[in-house]
Amino acid sequence: MRQFLAALVLGLLFGLGLSVGSMTNPQKILAFLDIAGQWDPSLALLMGAAVVVTFGLYRIAYRMPRPLLAPRFSWPRMTRVDLPVILGPAIFGVGWGIAGVCPGPGLLLMVTNPRAAAWFVPTLLVGLWLGRPHHRRARQQAEKDATEPSA
Amino acid sequence: MPVFTPFEAILGGILIGLAAGGLMILLGHIAGISGITEEVLPPIEERAELPWRVGFLMGLLAGPLVFAALTGHLPPAEVRIPGPLMALAGILVGFGTAYGHGCTSGHGVCGLARLSKRSFVAVTVFMVVGGVTVFVLRHVLGLGV
Repeated sequence: MRQFLAALVLGLLFGLGLSVGSMTNPQKILAFLDIAGQWDPSLALLMGAAVVVTFGLYRIAYRMPRPLLAPRFSWPRMTRVDLPVILGPAIFGVGWGIAGVCPGPGLLLMVTNPRAAAWFVPTLLVGLWLGRPHHRRARQQAEKDATEPSA
Repeated sequence: MPVFTPFEAILGGILIGLAAGGLMILLGHIAGISGITEEVLPPIEERAELPWRVGFLMGLLAGPLVFAALTGHLPPAEVRIPGPLMALAGILVGFGTAYGHGCTSGHGVCGLARLSKRSFVAVTVFMVVGGVTVFVLRHVLGLGV
């Protein structure tokens, strides 16, 4: 219950941040990606600010023995630059360039533009579901490699 | 036509950073929207992790509503492309982020904040491919999207 409530507040902060920064608006995203048009660097500034704040808070997390409300940290174990980490973002990039919508703002369409969400969200979920077996397999393998001493 | 909104962008970024950093400090997790959404779809594998994931997504969806309560209007979400094209984009975004282990939040915010080489590669690729896609659609094919 404590985990649920903490995550609820954090998700709210995230959704509020996307709203305040107009990342909910596909036209804002497309204006960032359109460097040959009337370029709008807002997305880069927002992402930069988010990275700086997250970087600072991660520094605190690095020094903690465990998270405040959970038994252990789940830092990503994958470090290798492999084909999926190039191919996946390339496929994502095509969809992002077509619609100007990434997963967070895509889910928010259910609130901000239900008509568009009716087209986008079902296929987003199908796409996530189709890509998930690969993601799970790679993550579990990386966790196994990290915990088992190599022969 | 969207214009550069530096103040709102920085404020929005700080809120997102607090959410992403807070999720690690409190619960020990990366704030990756694609990863979190993936794992609430059936069949569910990590049942113990479901409450925080559902909570995070519920809070996320409440974000624009709280914004509306504070400002009197929902944040804008103007879509100009036809529905079937939105559907196509949805499956590309969904599959690409799951297969690529992250999206703009997991790689773009959390990965860069960890100085992950994988995430630097991922962010560079989706930014460049996104930019090229928009360039082709708008300036080569001349579509007003």
